[in-house]
Amino acid sequence: MNTIGPAFERAVGMVASADPQLWEIVGLSLRVSLAALALAALVGLALGAIVAVAQFPGRRAVIVVMNALLGLPSVVVGLLVYLLLSRAGPLGSLGILFTPGAMVIAQAVLVTPLIAALSRQAIEDAWREYREQLRSLGATTPRAAGTLLWDTRFSLATMLLAGFGRAVSEVGAVMIVGGNIDGVTRVMTTAIALETSKGDLPLALGLGIVLLAIVLVLNVVAHMIREGAQRRYG
Amino acid sequence: MALTRRALLAAVAASVSLAAVTAAAQEKFITVASTTSTEQSGLFKHILPEFAKKTGVQVRVVALGTGQALDVGRRGDADVVFVHDKPAEEKFIAEGSGVERKEVMYNDFILIGPKSDPAKIAGGKDIVAALKQVKAAQAPFVSRGDKSGTHAAELRYWKDAGIDIAADKGPWYKETGSGMGPALNTASSMNAYILADRGTWLSFKNRGDLAILVQGDPRLFNQYGVILVNPAKYPHVKKAEGQAFIDWLVSPEGQQSIASYKIEGEQLFFPNAKR
Amino acid sequence: MRAPQSLLPLSLERVGFVAGGRSILADVSATIAAGSLTVILGPNGAGKSVLMRIGHGLLAPTSGRAVWNAPEAPGAPRRQAMVFQHPVMLRRSAIANIAYALELAGVAKAERLARAYRALEQVGLAHLAERPARVLSGGEQQRVAIARAWAVRPEVLFLDEPTANLDPGATAAIEQAIRAIHASGTKIVMTTHNLGQARRLADEILFLYAGRLFEHTPADQFFAAPRSEEARAFLKGEVPWH
Repeated sequence: MNTIGPAFERAVGMVASADPQLWEIVGLSLRVSLAALALAALVGLALGAIVAVAQFPGRRAVIVVMNALLGLPSVVVGLLVYLLLSRAGPLGSLGILFTPGAMVIAQAVLVTPLIAALSRQAIEDAWREYREQLRSLGATTPRAAGTLLWDTRFSLATMLLAGFGRAVSEVGAVMIVGGNIDGVTRVMTTAIALETSKGDLPLALGLGIVLLAIVLVLNVVAHMIREGAQRRYG
Repeated sequence: MALTRRALLAAVAASVSLAAVTAAAQEKFITVASTTSTEQSGLFKHILPEFAKKTGVQVRVVALGTGQALDVGRRGDADVVFVHDKPAEEKFIAEGSGVERKEVMYNDFILIGPKSDPAKIAGGKDIVAALKQVKAAQAPFVSRGDKSGTHAAELRYWKDAGIDIAADKGPWYKETGSGMGPALNTASSMNAYILADRGTWLSFKNRGDLAILVQGDPRLFNQYGVILVNPAKYPHVKKAEGQAFIDWLVSPEGQQSIASYKIEGEQLFFPNAKR
Repeated sequence: MRAPQSLLPLSLERVGFVAGGRSILADVSATIAAGSLTVILGPNGAGKSVLMRIGHGLLAPTSGRAVWNAPEAPGAPRRQAMVFQHPVMLRRSAIANIAYALELAGVAKAERLARAYRALEQVGLAHLAERPARVLSGGEQQRVAIARAWAVRPEVLFLDEPTANLDPGATAAIEQAIRAIHASGTKIVMTTHNLGQARRLADEILFLYAGRLFEHTPADQFFAAPRSEEARAFLKGEVPWH
C-alpha cells in the first residue's frame, strides 16, 4: 500500500516541527501515565513487600491471585472502572468519568498488579537471602520490609519502568473511561486508534513514532540500570 | 524512620500528580454524548470554539455509536445527547431520560461502492432498488452492525426493500460491529458496498477504489436531534449550561455556524431547526 | 539505676532439634559462661550451625530449651550478634552497612558514622569505607560483617564457620579480629570444623558429633587427652564425611 511512504514523511515532519496538537497529546499521555504509575507504585510496592515478608493463612492463594491479575485484560479494567465511576454507579458522585482522573485510575488499576506481583517475587528472593541476617541484627518485620525495598531498588526501578510502559501503551481502558474527548482525554493510544479509523495516517503515524520512541527509551534505561547497578553495587 | 518517610514522599508525589492532572478540569464544561460519525466529520472542531467564545463553556464530546450515546445519557454520564435516530430519541424522552427533543440539522447517507460496481447501481437515486440489486448480485456489503443511527437506517432500507436481512444474509454481508471510519476501511480493503454518512466519507482519506454510487434519495436524509438529559432524574446534570448549548445550536448563530462547515468546498450538514 | 543484668550464662537444657523427620540435635546440655572463648568443634553435619542458631534465637529447639540468664526484651536493641558463614551485605557501602546495624541498636544519628568508621579501622578496612559492600572480596565482606557485629558492642558474639570459605590470608585476618574482640570483653561462641583454627583460638571446646555433645572441656585438656572415642578419631582425622 503506497500511502505509508508519504504519510510517514509527513509524520516525521510533524514530530520534528513540534506540531502543537501532537505534543499536547503526548504531554497528556505522559502526565496521566506518570500519575497512574505513582499510585500503582505506592499500592503495588506496599502489597508486594507485605506479601513477601508476612506470614498469614492463605498466603499461597494470595500469591496465585496476584500473579493471575498480571493477565488482566485492559478492556475489562476499563469496563469495571467505568461501572464504578458512572453516575449510575457507586462512585458516580465524584463526577470524574470522562476526565483524565478516570484514566489515571484505570491505568493505576491495570498496573498495580504488575508492580505487586513482580516486586513480591523480587522482595521474597531478597528476603530469603537476608532474613537471618536482618533478624540477627534486630530488625522488626516492618523494618526489614523497608530495608528490602531499598536493597532491591534497581530491580524495582526496572519494574516501575515496565509498569509505565504498560500504562502508556494501553488503549482499551482509557478509551472507555476517558471517552477520547478532543483536547481533554485524548492520549497517544486513543488518538492513534481514532486517526487510523478515520484513515488519517500522518497524525497516527507521528504519534506512533513518538510512542515507540518512548517505549524504546524506557527499555534502554531499564537495561542501563540493570547493567550499571549490577556492576557498581553488586 | 526511613520507611515511613519514603512512603510519605511517595504518597505526596502521587497525590500531587493526580491533582495536577485533574486540576486542569476546573473551567466550566458540559459533557455531550454524540456519535462517532458526527465527530469524525470534523463538525465539532468547527462549531464548538464559537460556542466557547460566546459563553465560556467548554463542550466535551464523547463520541460513541447512537445506542451507546443514549445509554451514556441514560446513566447520567452526559449532560446532553446529540444523535441522529428519531425513534430511539423519542423513546429516550418517553422513558424520562430526556426533557425535550429539538431538531438541529440533517446530513445525508450515501451508498458507496467499488468503481467496478458488480451490482450495477451507479448513478441511481433509489436506495431501496439499489439494495435489492446488491443482494441479487450477492456483492460484498459491509454493515456497521453496532446499534448506531447509520446501522438503524441501513436496517430500515433493507426492510423497505422487502428483504429480511437478519434471515437472508449470506457470506457477502459482513458485519463489523464498528464505527463508520473502521467500517469504511474494511469496505475499502474488500472493495465492498457500504452505507455511509456524507460527512465521514468526505473526510475519509483511505478510499481505495470506492466512490459514491447512489445519493439524493429523500429516504437517505439523516435528521439530528439534541436532548437535555433530564435534571429531574439526575440532579447533577449541568442544566443551565446544557440548555445554553441547545439554545445556541438552534439559534440563528448556531445554525449559521453549522452551515458554514465545509469540506473541500462542500457543505456537510444542513441546519433545519424549527423557529 | 542498676546496670542491666548480664545475658550470660546461657543454659542449654537437653536441647533437641528435629527437622524433616531427621534428628539433627539430641539431648545437648551445657552451660556457656562468660569469659572464655568457646569453640564448638565437630565434623560437617554434626549440628553445630543449628545449635548456634538455637543459641542466638533464630531457631527454636523442638525439645528442651535454651535459656539466657537475663533474656533480651523483645523489640529492644540486641545485645548479642552473629556472623554467618556466608556474609550478607546490604546493597550499600561498607560503612553504611555498619551504620545500619548501629541504627537498629539505637545509636544516635550523630554518632553512627564515627563509630562505624572506627569499627572498620579495627578490622583494617577503613580505606574501603565508601566501597559498595557487595563488590568486596569474600574475606573483606566477612571482615565488614565482623566489624558490623562488633560495632554495636554485643555481650555475646556468635560466629558460624566464619572462615570456612576463605583463603589462609583472609582466615588469618579474621582470626586476628576475633582475638581482638575477645580481648575487648565480648564473649565469643564460634563453630569450626578446622582443627588448626580451634587449637589457635579456643579456651574451651564443645565437641559435637552426629547431633550429640560428647565433650565440654578446656581446650588444652581436650587436645591433649580427649575422653571420647569419637573425639579421638576426629583429632586423628579419621571421621568419615557425611
